[in-house]
Amino acid sequence: MSRLIVASIGPASSVQDGGRHGAQRYGLTVSGAMDRLSLAAANTLVGNEPLAAAVEIGPFGATFTAKDGTVRVAIAGAPRNADVAGRPVAMDTSVTLKDGETLTLGFARGGAFTYLAIEGGIKGEPVFGSLAVNARAGLGSPYPRPLQAGDEFTVEAASGAPELRIELPKPVSGPIRVLLGPQDDEFDDANKALFLGSEWKISATSDRMGYRLEGPAIKHLHGHNIVSDGTVNGSIQVPGNGSPIALMMDRGTSGGYPKIATVITADVGRLAQTSAGTAFRFKQVSMAEAQDEARKFAQLIRTLPDRLRSSDTVELNIEALSDANVAGYAVSAVDAGTWQVTAEP
Amino acid sequence: MAATLPPPRLLPSGDSAVTVEFSRTIDDTANQRVLALDKALAASPIDGITETVPTYRSLLVHYDPGKIGFDALGEKILPIATRPLPPATKARRWRIPVAYGGEHGIDLEDVAKTLNTTPDDIIARHIGGDYKVAMIGFTPGWSYLSGLDKSLHMSRRQSPRLLTPAGTISIGGIQAGIQCLAAPSGWHLLGRTPVRTYQLHRNPTFLTEPGDRVTFFAIDHKTFEDMDRAAEAGEIVAEQVVA
Repeated sequence: MSRLIVASIGPASSVQDGGRHGAQRYGLTVSGAMDRLSLAAANTLVGNEPLAAAVEIGPFGATFTAKDGTVRVAIAGAPRNADVAGRPVAMDTSVTLKDGETLTLGFARGGAFTYLAIEGGIKGEPVFGSLAVNARAGLGSPYPRPLQAGDEFTVEAASGAPELRIELPKPVSGPIRVLLGPQDDEFDDANKALFLGSEWKISATSDRMGYRLEGPAIKHLHGHNIVSDGTVNGSIQVPGNGSPIALMMDRGTSGGYPKIATVITADVGRLAQTSAGTAFRFKQVSMAEAQDEARKFAQLIRTLPDRLRSSDTVELNIEALSDANVAGYAVSAVDAGTWQVTAEP
Repeated sequence: MAATLPPPRLLPSGDSAVTVEFSRTIDDTANQRVLALDKALAASPIDGITETVPTYRSLLVHYDPGKIGFDALGEKILPIATRPLPPATKARRWRIPVAYGGEHGIDLEDVAKTLNTTPDDIIARHIGGDYKVAMIGFTPGWSYLSGLDKSLHMSRRQSPRLLTPAGTISIGGIQAGIQCLAAPSGWHLLGRTPVRTYQLHRNPTFLTEPGDRVTFFAIDHKTFEDMDRAAEAGEIVAEQVVA
């Protein structure tokens, strides 16, 4: 067995997977990856089940060192500079660390969460079928808390499989799509229009429990107290001060504020990857469209293996390059993205 | 054949869950209907439903839109949700020990003052209640109880406390509660129980179920310490009353 040592890591980083289902009726929330598609992409690159446990890395940098053998990993999600012993590593690719080598990840350049999947998966003791960290409930394995420097994972030695990249569809841009309800009748038409028509920013005080939205105050028709009822990932509740909160993976399972709208399943990860301070809008869609998008999203995750390519076919990501130049970083031009230089194998 | 009941409202909670709402207010009949629907769906599952979450007044039904759509699911749920309530079955009953007042119930004196009575009288009224677990939510094991004596109904604190202790026994509005983990709360803290309604490596992990009946009895603070140690070691310490 090899070990992967967390040599350094920032806050808001933890082991996450597809989440803990079946005990919301007891108040135990689902947790799980904030951006399921990126979790699935990273896992697929190293041959794991798409929603297996991986390391969810918050916006700050992190370093991981292989010990006692080789370790094969993959990264996907919020783009960052990455290298192994000075060799650049592109997003959406796998890479093998030799014994003693360190993978260095920089700050997220846009977005928040990057996923590091480990070939063979993370070993731990599942509770309700999940290793996901839920720090409030003391759950998660191998560490029931956010990761710290010095933590380590016992992992399979690298298989020696050729390195791969994954060709993801061009990211969806534009507004975050919502369905109104379940308590949209607690708001008049003017306030629903204000919610749907305004520009919003995510507050810096947001976390895995909820994203606080900065924008106009939304007024309730009958006050802000309702009798508590159930919540889902992406429920947008409006508390007394009128500032909406989008409930995320560590949400309470029930809540007593009216919920004006719910982010569609396909866009929860997009909202999760919206950086604090970035302006965005919501857009109302129909149930038919939302469910169609949810089915397509599930299909995309299921068929990710079809999108694996040999990593010899290198792509130039012009957007990442120009972003990086604006930000003043020196960055590898090799990145997963939209503009392909070589033909597919 | 008994008449069917008025249909609940089916409120979309996104594309993968529906809130089956029986009432907008706290209402025991609505809660009975929630629990009856929950039981019926557990007994004869509808393909595509992944998880149900009962609350005071609604049942949140999570489902996979890849297996069933919103309209088709609604059509299957409505006939079940409008069935006459089944005859009440004997509920499981828990007797929960509580160390009232002092450091364990820092609001007991204030509650007594607000209601112009003595702490002992507040304890007697709280113990006098016959409660039902209406729902479990917010954090693991947090059991919301209906059946609080009307004379103890009082609005929540103006400013919630950011942290209240594990095992807190409290009242808020027209509800009583058993809190398992340390958590923020705006309720009035009357005491603490050594009982863990949620404990990870114990069988069962979760002690209470929606629909269970609950009564409280007083223990002194020394007994609390002893029971708390036993509970930490995995004992249930609540008494289950066998009907």
